[in-house]
Amino acid sequence: MTADEPPGRADDAVRPPARIVACPDGPILVRGDVEIVDDQGRPLPRRRRTVALCRCGGTTIPPYCDGTHKANGFTT
Amino acid sequence: MTTAVPAPTQAGRPRAGMSPPAARGPLSALVWSVLAEPPATVGDEARAALADAARAAVARTRDVLADDDVQVTLFVVAELHYRGVAGVDDAWEWDPDLLRAHGVLERAFEAALRERVEVPADVEPGRRSVADVLFRLTAPAPGPSVARFVGRHASDEQLHEFLVHRSVYQLKEADPHTWAVPRLAGAAKAALVEIQADEYGGGTPGRMHSELFARTMHGAGLDPTFGAYVDRVPAVTLAGVNAMSLFGLHRRLRGAIAGHLAAFEMTSSLPNRLYGDGFRRHGYGTATTEYFDEHVEADAVHEQIAARDLAGGLAEAEPELVPDILFGAAVCLYLDDLVAAHVLGAWERGESSLRRA
Repeated sequence: MTADEPPGRADDAVRPPARIVACPDGPILVRGDVEIVDDQGRPLPRRRRTVALCRCGGTTIPPYCDGTHKANGFTT
Repeated sequence: MTTAVPAPTQAGRPRAGMSPPAARGPLSALVWSVLAEPPATVGDEARAALADAARAAVARTRDVLADDDVQVTLFVVAELHYRGVAGVDDAWEWDPDLLRAHGVLERAFEAALRERVEVPADVEPGRRSVADVLFRLTAPAPGPSVARFVGRHASDEQLHEFLVHRSVYQLKEADPHTWAVPRLAGAAKAALVEIQADEYGGGTPGRMHSELFARTMHGAGLDPTFGAYVDRVPAVTLAGVNAMSLFGLHRRLRGAIAGHLAAFEMTSSLPNRLYGDGFRRHGYGTATTEYFDEHVEADAVHEQIAARDLAGGLAEAEPELVPDILFGAAVCLYLDDLVAAHVLGAWERGESSLRRA
């Protein structure tokens, strides 16, 4: 970054803030730089950049969504 | 740390292109014989015969979706736009006389799909309205399905048949939809790229979904080479792949390929859990079931992005494409149903769902 650039600008461009999307009748999508950990603070496996967190409680692969909300009548 | 012996993968194989399958009638026999020569050496008479044979096949057929001769020809000619066909000169890809013949078949195929598929009318061209319709169209239905059968009842031989049907697409998984990338803009384009990046392993070749499927085939003792089993699958299975190629190859049909991807992703997570169960039931290990396990998690993400940001985003950006978005989704579901009816019908009769070797 050079002195001419507004402070923080270049850094923002490289690392956009994490973003959480609450999908209607569905999971919570998480994009960006967020640590996903268990209740002991141990990192949980994250196999992709964007993940969907279960919101209906019915998933077989917690904390991630497996589409079960579509079969168990979950609505938001 | 031990070093596992890597399974043979498509990526490690020489790039020869798919081996040409056997011809299934006068059209494919004629096309194969013409394509065996470099285009520069083929005379006017043989060139004109390509479109003539295509027109004759279309005139002759009673159902283009179930026509082996037409569907295998569509499959091979489209493959020239993917990774090519062994023994066929790459220059045929853009040869005007082959394109003319291809166009005759594509128009008949698209007309049949438009006639057979029901598309919801009067859907508001909004992000939420289009996503809602897609979720409604793809909602899990009770009753018999290939996934339930595979999960609970399929024999080891039927699991192999299931993989053979899947192999004509899954070994090039995601490729037809990637053609839409330069044809979209804005939010829809970003959404498609986000999904496809995950399909292609997020930068790790061994995580590409096509590679995971190759490992599943290897684990089941099947040949993971793309195209190895084309001769074994019926027209209706090829029609599913040919529809994707049709939608992917034409910018005019970018709405349909977006809608197709959305429907594909939206009907994937729950069935893939059952597919994995079927293979676990027969004692297959995680290397073989990883493809299915990966899709349970990945497609629960993809379906949200595909329905809302890709299909919904495209509907907002280009409202006139809404009918085609829904058409593409409906075609995906319709052809899936046709394959399922074929496969389950054969299995219920105690027969193979494949063509004879």
